[in-house]
Amino acid sequence: MLTWLILIPFIGGLLSWQAERFGSKAPRWIALFSMILLFACTLNLWLKYDYSLANLSAGQSVWAEEFQVNWIPRFGISFHLALDGLSILMLLLTAFLGVLAVVCSWTEVKRKVGFFHLNLLWILGAVAGVFLAMDMFLFFFFWEMMLIPMYFLISLWGHKAVDGKGRVEAATKFFIYTQSSGLLLLLAIIGLVFVHYMQTDVLTFDYADLRNTQMSASLEMILMLGFFIAFAVKFPVVPFHSWLPDAHSQAPTAGSVDLAGILLKTAAYGMLRFAIPFFPNASQEIAPLAMWLGVAGIIYGAFVAYSQDDIKRMIAYTSISHMGFVLIGIYSFNQIAMQGVVVQMLAHGISAAGLFIISGQLYERLKTRDLNKMGGLSSRMSGIPPIAMFFAAASLGLPGLGNFVGEFLILVGVFKVDMVVALFATSGLVLGAVYSLILVQRSLHGPAQSNEPLAGINARELTMMLSLIFILVWLGLYPQPVLDTSAAVMNSIGQLITSSQSIPAAQ
Amino acid sequence: MTFTLENLQALLPLLITCATTIFVMLAIAIKRNHWWNATVTVIGLNIALLSSYYALKVIPQTVTPLFVVDGFSLFFSGLILIAALGATTLTNAYIESFKRNREEIYLLITIATAGGIVLSFSHHMASLFIGLEMMSVALYGMVAYTYDRARSLEAAIKYLVLSATASAIMLFGIALIYAQIGSLAFSEIGAGITQEPSLLIVVGGMMLLIGLFFKLSLAPFHLWTPDVYEGAPAPVGAFLATAAKVAVFAVLVRFAILESNSVLASTPFVITLIVVACISMMVGNLLALKQNNIKRMLGYSSIAHFGYLLLLVLVGGQKFGIEGFAVYLTIYVITSLAAFGVVTLMSQADGKRDADMLSDYRGLFWRRPYLASIFTLSLFSLAGIPLTAGFIGKFYVVTAAVGAGFWGWIGLIFVVLGSSIGIFFYLRTIISLFLAKKHMHRFDAEINWGQRTGGIMVLGAAAFILVIGIIPNPLMFIAQLTQLLWVAQ
Repeated sequence: MLTWLILIPFIGGLLSWQAERFGSKAPRWIALFSMILLFACTLNLWLKYDYSLANLSAGQSVWAEEFQVNWIPRFGISFHLALDGLSILMLLLTAFLGVLAVVCSWTEVKRKVGFFHLNLLWILGAVAGVFLAMDMFLFFFFWEMMLIPMYFLISLWGHKAVDGKGRVEAATKFFIYTQSSGLLLLLAIIGLVFVHYMQTDVLTFDYADLRNTQMSASLEMILMLGFFIAFAVKFPVVPFHSWLPDAHSQAPTAGSVDLAGILLKTAAYGMLRFAIPFFPNASQEIAPLAMWLGVAGIIYGAFVAYSQDDIKRMIAYTSISHMGFVLIGIYSFNQIAMQGVVVQMLAHGISAAGLFIISGQLYERLKTRDLNKMGGLSSRMSGIPPIAMFFAAASLGLPGLGNFVGEFLILVGVFKVDMVVALFATSGLVLGAVYSLILVQRSLHGPAQSNEPLAGINARELTMMLSLIFILVWLGLYPQPVLDTSAAVMNSIGQLITSSQSIPAAQ
Repeated sequence: MTFTLENLQALLPLLITCATTIFVMLAIAIKRNHWWNATVTVIGLNIALLSSYYALKVIPQTVTPLFVVDGFSLFFSGLILIAALGATTLTNAYIESFKRNREEIYLLITIATAGGIVLSFSHHMASLFIGLEMMSVALYGMVAYTYDRARSLEAAIKYLVLSATASAIMLFGIALIYAQIGSLAFSEIGAGITQEPSLLIVVGGMMLLIGLFFKLSLAPFHLWTPDVYEGAPAPVGAFLATAAKVAVFAVLVRFAILESNSVLASTPFVITLIVVACISMMVGNLLALKQNNIKRMLGYSSIAHFGYLLLLVLVGGQKFGIEGFAVYLTIYVITSLAAFGVVTLMSQADGKRDADMLSDYRGLFWRRPYLASIFTLSLFSLAGIPLTAGFIGKFYVVTAAVGAGFWGWIGLIFVVLGSSIGIFFYLRTIISLFLAKKHMHRFDAEINWGQRTGGIMVLGAAAFILVIGIIPNPLMFIAQLTQLLWVAQ
């Protein structure tokens, strides 16, 4: 079953590539069908198991479902997939945004449709692999594999940036950033494996085995930094963020949706799943730094977002700001904040996807992403402006929507751990209001550039948007099912830290 | 000195390759027909490859003081034969349109292959030198084969002059070593190299290494590589990048690591080797950055790859060193064959030049999707991206280096830097395959390239890259053959 979650997108991608010879409709339908199938499978898995019951003590992993076969026995590598509350939520998000990514490029992508869907689906397949892999080699395998189709997606179907920078440059920048940080990850993984090998004489890449590795504090710190930097680049944490705005602004809509909605989450997932459980002590040590980096990201992202002219660049910077909340939430090691992280990841995935889809729709109509050339759109089209307004409100953290729940929980949790961090992070909410409103102001209100009416929203777009809105409202009003699903996992990670630390952090 | 039947059985791959040369010569004399002469070559090389299986039964075996046949030498002679077969099939597709005598190139290929096998069997300075020259002299002819093109001729002369100089330096080095130790056998030389070797040994050993580094085009002895790669006809380039390098590297590893263990303990040599490895990684990747010529780019990338490989052998130790070396080299050979294969299939011997400019490949994916996919795959493999075999090779390098302490970590810094830089130019090449073309294309593969011998070989290589990238176990298993070593008394 778990293998199919990975295979469905891969096979679907190959089919839709080959289906191009039957016209440009066929690849779209095949891609859509396989994404819906994937979504149905993950939904089924979510409903099938009771994730909250898995009551774990620290440092243990209990999987809802597991699959393991030998892969490369020479190095103790196995094809090991496993599912728990955290992975299923991430998979749900992946599959759902996968459906949206296919639907939102229905009319946007006209060239080389088959190859486009091959790349799109392979990203999703690799991401599903990342969320399921419980063998470090396998994890790294998928981690790197998702870069290649993303690279093609940006460089072949991307747009020229407002400032004229080429899409190939943006794609190459993205690839080199993530690939070199990936090498660091590989080094750290192999370093960890070797430390384990020295102690036990067993060469293994398995997650559960490696978790029991004992190491000296300095070694733990070095290896942890390898993991941390690799994930920080993907996250992106502020000094490593410069690939993100470029990649986003040049990517096609589906690419942006995948990038903001899913790819950034793989980094947060990696921190929660690997960096912290492998190195609880070193993580504890680096936590203050990580939280301050998060704060820097929140404030910096918000300020830079405010001054952007390119609407997609702007949303990209707001992503940096929102992911800052995720970072401080993770490294507060507080149960409440970590639950907030999960909600925030889902809500940000959905709201950023919504904003990117909106800007894609605006681009299809206006042929520009420059905010200076927008203005007064409310009077020129129907349907899209109120929805844009909704997502802007979600992004500023309006109570009643998912982002609010996430940010609120994170702030409450962090407040108990480090009041100053929480104080500064809260400014993100204010700044969020500023950039969200300026976005609305500059694009929708003000004098119209021309009086020519634009096409309103059509049924396909409306369905997409409504489904996003529904989920955001649901997350905002009744996040309990999500919280229940992830509680056990987050609890075990939190306990790992509390059990390893000598002085309780919450003073 | 008596020959036993086992001795001859062990030498079978070499003997059959030499016999093939004679048969091809006779075949050309009987009837000058391209297809028939090429077939004789391919059959001969295939029999030589199969005979490795029989040779495997009697190993390890010393044949005269010159040759040793063990798992290590058989693995690499097999690899050389595979590379030669690949180059032969590519030549067959390429040389068809050549206006002059087409058949003699097969003679040169078999001679060079025999030289390569001699190298992989040798554990004596005399056989090392004979093998090296046998291979190099044939290579000069191969590089100059399309001598109507000025570039081809220029490359051959450049290669001839520089290579002869390197051989001379090496010979002098061997003489110095002999003056000190009084023997040419690897094992006895190895015993003479101690932790603090005498000046004569250091100078002689360095000169010997310089000669080998030159043939391997390791920086800073790489200057000939891009020019020769560019000038040589594409299938010859494939041979040069694969079979020729494998043979020299195999003998270097046998000399420096297997038979004189203390080379790794004697400081001047270790430092030299590590420094050369690190410089090669940087130089290869940096110089490839701005190349618009695919063959030059592949030349520079091979410099970097041999840097990784040298590091792997040096730091690999007992557990991973030799096995990793075998795995990495095999992967590199097959990947290079695929990459050069695509260039070959795009080119014709009667053209003014080969299809080697980046612009010739613009938009190839939309004209020849499978060919471009193979090229993409092989470039990704050279860059070491997962899902391709190249990643397994890189994995060995990193694994070996992480466990190797100080020198390993120094090397790793260069590996990380080098491959980060490397990605840039591999991507640059790859993306141009997919971009829409701006002008008329001058070069194209024949529409039925997949059904021709060269095409089938390239498809096979691509399948290998993909399969080994996902299930590397069989290759690892075969590579462990190299552990079956003849032990010096």
